Amino acid sequence: MSTNISPGDTRPATEKTGNGLLNWVDERFPLTKLLEEHVTKYYAPKNFNVWYVFGVLAMVTLVIQIVTGIFLTMNYKPDGELAFSSVEYIMRDVNFGWLIRYMHSTGASAFFVVVYLHMFRALLYGSYKKPRELLWVFGMLIYVALMAEAFMGYLLPWGQMSYWGAQVIISLFGAIPFGIGDAVTLWLKGDYIISDATLNRFFALHVIAVPLVLLGLVVGHIMALHEVGSNNPDGIEIKKNKNAAGIPKDGIPFHPYYTVKDLVAIVIFLIVFFAVVFFAPEMGGYFLEHANFIPADPLKTPEHIAPVWYFTPFYAILRAVPDKLGGVVAMGGAIVVLFFLPWLDRSPIRSIRYRAPWYRIMLFVFAANFIMLGYLGVQVATPLYTWMSRLGTLIYFAYFPLLFVLSRNEKGKPLPERVTYHGSAEPEPDDVDVAGAAAR
Amino acid sequence: MSSRQDDRQPPGEKGPGAKDRSVPDQYADATTDSVTNPAALESSVTDAMDPKRRRLLIAGASGVGGLGTAAIVWPFVASMLPSARAQAAGAPVEVDISKLGGGQLVTVEWRGKPVWVVNRTEEQLERLEADTARLSDPGSEQPQQPEYATNDTRSIKPEYLVVVGVCTHLGCSPTFRPDVAPADLGNDWDGGFFCPCHGSKFDLAGRVYAGMPAPINLQIPPYRFVDDGTIIVGEDSDASGGQPA
Repeated sequence: MSTNISPGDTRPATEKTGNGLLNWVDERFPLTKLLEEHVTKYYAPKNFNVWYVFGVLAMVTLVIQIVTGIFLTMNYKPDGELAFSSVEYIMRDVNFGWLIRYMHSTGASAFFVVVYLHMFRALLYGSYKKPRELLWVFGMLIYVALMAEAFMGYLLPWGQMSYWGAQVIISLFGAIPFGIGDAVTLWLKGDYIISDATLNRFFALHVIAVPLVLLGLVVGHIMALHEVGSNNPDGIEIKKNKNAAGIPKDGIPFHPYYTVKDLVAIVIFLIVFFAVVFFAPEMGGYFLEHANFIPADPLKTPEHIAPVWYFTPFYAILRAVPDKLGGVVAMGGAIVVLFFLPWLDRSPIRSIRYRAPWYRIMLFVFAANFIMLGYLGVQVATPLYTWMSRLGTLIYFAYFPLLFVLSRNEKGKPLPERVTYHGSAEPEPDDVDVAGAAAR
Repeated sequence: MSSRQDDRQPPGEKGPGAKDRSVPDQYADATTDSVTNPAALESSVTDAMDPKRRRLLIAGASGVGGLGTAAIVWPFVASMLPSARAQAAGAPVEVDISKLGGGQLVTVEWRGKPVWVVNRTEEQLERLEADTARLSDPGSEQPQQPEYATNDTRSIKPEYLVVVGVCTHLGCSPTFRPDVAPADLGNDWDGGFFCPCHGSKFDLAGRVYAGMPAPINLQIPPYRFVDDGTIIVGEDSDASGGQPA
């Protein structure tokens, strides 16, 4: 990041006059420098489309989760005896407790909606490719941390689904052979069964540990992004075409251009979000499952248990394998393999706009298959569904080696020299230097 | 800023001490002078660092620091293991089975887990022997039961099955399905336990069928008969400890 730093003050002389307080701060803390580096002089490609709003929306959801979470902890009791009724208390007696809790529970699902779309955007436009591999890895770590966060949060209401969901997920570790698995599950639970001890530690991890990790990873993700620069729907490097001032000709400052654009997306998102919060917070049992309105009973498993929708693709993979260890390995592998995507896809072409037709087909089969697995994961395992899950699992895992082989000598379309609008290579009529103008 | 300077002067290279120190930029010229000016160089030679000694110090400090870190990590890891109170909980449970009719099941809680006591009928016991070929471990070779229950019925008295009602797959509690050949479980269902979570099937001795997600038979807890109508779960008759062999 420190590209043009020389000893002493780096700011142009013109900025030194003006705000005395700002100057005072800047001499002690790099406020202006940070703002410029990450906001006002961060040059993002000018051809972003709607797929590029989900990163910002993920930030919005993160803020919603943190704020509502803080207020929930003020009334929630992480105690095996009290947890269930304290959630009921929040819903019924705490002023606006229902709103805060439904925002938090809907926020969890909303987080995964925007994160899945954000990830799919990366697949569409090859945003994980060199030099953005670490950016992708940071993103994947966020995804894993998010899954841990969601899983532990789901135990806290201490309903039947909380209890048995946690039982199943913790038992997954028990598949590790040589007695390690049993030791690990015992350690995770802190008791011989899922109990008060488990609930209490999940509360600690959900409220403090994982959010801290998440925040750190988000900072890393954004720093990595601002180091390499944003990708764009054309998947070409805007840094290749710079003006005399060294600013990418196809770049525009993030603020005000994208902050304003993102505000529109945020407003639309919030409309949808609150429509769910107000009118369908349970989402027919998909966001809050029916069995979770019954207090946890360690002696009775609900007739049908399924994880919340955002885990179900992986859950379907787990169920598809008729072997305990094999199922767990397949499920874990389905997540781990995604980390290696930047190295499995060897094609130099980033954007789907210019990639070979087979890639388009493969990607959409992969995405459709992921949705199918998600559907199968919430259904009761009938023989037909089990076989479909097995097929889906095969397709899921076939994607990666196939991509590795086929992307070696990919014949795509020629790449444009400059970014395009809706695929038209016509440069903007005012192909003037927007960024430069803004800088002035 | 300083990293840039380090690039110019790689650390670890033997040379005047001044070169290895991070020098503020305003002194950059002076540094260059001392390099080009032999007199200045000579005066700083006494500051030269000994890379061997430095490596030893780094290794020593890292080693001691690492040990210290490991020592402080263990209390935190161990604090997450079951506490003394959790270990103490788990007293044996007395079950009254005098009113348990043929084919009926009663669930009791032992160490927080469901334990089933089933009074198996003659007919059910006969069916146990029928289809051992379809089972994964018909002879109970895996150590999932005390020695006194390592037999065809996996029990002390043939009719009474005492078994921990926790699926050996991922810990759900299976459903008691004594009905023979119901529509949802198929014609070859002889009665047993069906796990709703992932579809594992067990017979009425808690033995898992082959090809199920669950890898091994249901666990038989240590138990003993006080008299004909009372069982104590969690205690062996021979007091050889509560663990299955």
